[in-house]
Amino acid sequence: MKKYDELEYLKLSKWQKFLYKLLSFFTSVPTRIWNGICSIGLFFKKIGVGIAAEAKDIVTTFVNGDWKTKLSYLVMGFGCLARGQILRGVLFLLFEIVFIFYMIVFGAEQIGLLASLGVQGPAREYNAVFDSYQTQYHDNSFRILLYGVLTIFFIIAFLYTWRVNIRQNKVAEQILRSGKKLKSGKDDLRSMVDDNFHRTLLALPLTGILVFTVMPIVFMILVAFTNYDAAHNGYTNQLFTWVGLDNFKTMFTWTAGGVNYSAAFGEILTWTLIWAFFATFTNYFLGIFVAMMINKKGIHLKKLWRTVLIMTIAIPQFISLLYVSKMFSLNGLVNGFLMDLGIIHKAIDFWGTPTLARIMVIVINIWIGIPYLMLIATGILMNIPADLYESAKIDGASGWKQFTKITLPYMLFITGPYLLTSFTGNMNNFNVIYLLTGGGPTNPSLSGAAGSVGHTDLLITWLFKITTGSDTKYYLASVVGIMVFVVVAVISLIVYGLLPSVKNEEDFQ
Amino acid sequence: MRKNTDPQAAMKQHMGLKASTRITNTFVYVLLIVISIVWLIPFVFIVLQSFRIESTHQESYLLPKQWGIDNYIHLWHTNFPRWYLNTFILALGVAVLQTIIVLCMSYTLSRFRFKMRAGLMRFMLILGMFPGMLAMIILYRVLDDLHLTGQYGNVVPGLLLVYVASSGMGYYVSKGFFDTIPKSLDEAARVDGANRAQVLTKIILPLSKPIVIYTTLTAFMGPWADFVFARYVSQMYQDSLNVAVGLQSWLATDTMIFNNYTYFCAGGVVVAIPVTILFICLQRYYVEGVTGGAVKG
Repeated sequence: MKKYDELEYLKLSKWQKFLYKLLSFFTSVPTRIWNGICSIGLFFKKIGVGIAAEAKDIVTTFVNGDWKTKLSYLVMGFGCLARGQILRGVLFLLFEIVFIFYMIVFGAEQIGLLASLGVQGPAREYNAVFDSYQTQYHDNSFRILLYGVLTIFFIIAFLYTWRVNIRQNKVAEQILRSGKKLKSGKDDLRSMVDDNFHRTLLALPLTGILVFTVMPIVFMILVAFTNYDAAHNGYTNQLFTWVGLDNFKTMFTWTAGGVNYSAAFGEILTWTLIWAFFATFTNYFLGIFVAMMINKKGIHLKKLWRTVLIMTIAIPQFISLLYVSKMFSLNGLVNGFLMDLGIIHKAIDFWGTPTLARIMVIVINIWIGIPYLMLIATGILMNIPADLYESAKIDGASGWKQFTKITLPYMLFITGPYLLTSFTGNMNNFNVIYLLTGGGPTNPSLSGAAGSVGHTDLLITWLFKITTGSDTKYYLASVVGIMVFVVVAVISLIVYGLLPSVKNEEDFQ
Repeated sequence: MRKNTDPQAAMKQHMGLKASTRITNTFVYVLLIVISIVWLIPFVFIVLQSFRIESTHQESYLLPKQWGIDNYIHLWHTNFPRWYLNTFILALGVAVLQTIIVLCMSYTLSRFRFKMRAGLMRFMLILGMFPGMLAMIILYRVLDDLHLTGQYGNVVPGLLLVYVASSGMGYYVSKGFFDTIPKSLDEAARVDGANRAQVLTKIILPLSKPIVIYTTLTAFMGPWADFVFARYVSQMYQDSLNVAVGLQSWLATDTMIFNNYTYFCAGGVVVAIPVTILFICLQRYYVEGVTGGAVKG
């Protein structure tokens, strides 16, 4: 593609400018993705360099350190104890004892089993007490994987603490050499509410995130490489085990006439993107429109209009969604009304017709979403400097022109990041789809794929369907989950660079 | 650009503009009234149908032929009070604990500059791109191992734990708020000899009433609407459902809809009333939070 410089660009007509922008956006997509991949590479390189530096420091500290420091490599906290920092020393030592005890009693075995995810499944065995053959349960693949992941986390935490322990020795030696006093336990406690206050504050939230978000995600990513499903639940029937990349192959290969997950995935992904696009932008523009109407000069009762819309936010979504979904059902209120009025003679199957169901979820989502957007837009509209409009009016700009040249650019600038998060949020908008249609109507052409795929199913509701019911395929669900992540990450990567508020926050003002 | 040199023409145009403004304003009023009706109508319908006692299923007419509170009385004899209690306790717990966690997180990220700060924020951004539902499968199994699922009749603590534990990720809105409190306040207090914990409790917290209320309000409203995870954990044991899962179960099949439709409406009204009243009272803080959050991204 030909690149124009600034002067040439200005000479272009409106259409050419638009075309040029569009083209340059799409041609920049590969570069953006490539840059993203590069930055991941750089990230790992940085980690590698960091680890190398740490290793070097560990060795030099050992070589240069006194005997207290050297002994600390084996007995954590020894240096602290020997130099009179009792509190720190005791904590280090305690952590080491707990860690070693855990590893001997439990951890080492779990790590060993992690490679196979269990050897012995349930079996019929002779039981002397009952004098009969009973099913005996042995290994539990699920627990092995779970505790294996936990143990690895624990080992990482231990290595980190060990490293901190060594650094402390080094620092303590330096302080003593320069003739200053070391911090006492009392000083340490005091710093918890002062210099180290951020650590105190973050301890609880980060532990929660680590245990309840990071660990499950790591676990589920690992599940994508196993055959964990209803038939291999890892305990009561068959153990599950590592299968390498097989699940990804199942997901993305095409066999004529067979069960095609790739077809289901492609179709659902397409609809997910269409849905996210319409759900985001219809709400966005209509929300702005409603906000502008309410804010318009000369409109009275502004507070009333706003309160009416805000009230609908307060009512828990599941009530309104379920109610509206039943309102449009075959024997629901809407069909009843229309038939009583004689407008139609046969009930319209709103939820049974693929295209109609798709349109309905988008329309009802507008109904759900506009109040939020109205709120957000109102806040921003009030912040637009009034003199911008004044001068536009003096120049004779029409209302439409004011909207496209002032209001919209301003809104887009401020809400760019919000648009991105709401797009990805809509991709994972479980409640609206599930409570309205349950993913239906069922798509017969995809009946082979797990969990009876429907026409309004998003990836996230598909994932839910795969993991509930009798034929659960956890491995497949986790492949879908990973793909959702990849799609969201790629979109974010592409769009993030486009956002003006990220690039030049100062320029705009 | 138009230029009217003739004053009379300009005057004429001005008058015309006024008339056209009046027309657009009327049009806007009509539109706003239509919008208000469309937005409120389903709720009016729910209330009306919750008072209908001649039949329990869907009807094509709106005004009940026989009015009564039988549907509400019927609620008492179902599992609904239990669901309500489950959800209410859960919502209270989440409101308190989640607020503490979110405020700790957002205050720290707004006020302190430490080594891992940028990395931590980026890490949480990436973490947020994984669908939360993925974690549910394993959390469900773990809760089951801990005897905190429906079959043990004991779901509230487990749900509370899961809701609260990862709530630190939703720090954006309140961080945006803390960013707007001038740092010079902190510095002045520090000069006067306050430590950092005192700065938070004595200076910042008294100024943070709007965001504390906003965070508490949204946290309180969360459990009323949660559907997926509550359903997973309850294993559909009647004693362990929350209102969302319970009321949805009343409309699960066509026969159920036929038998339970007006009860569902009554239940919906009972759920919506306290939340709505609370919400309307604290509306101002909610609006501040939402608008602030979107601007900061």
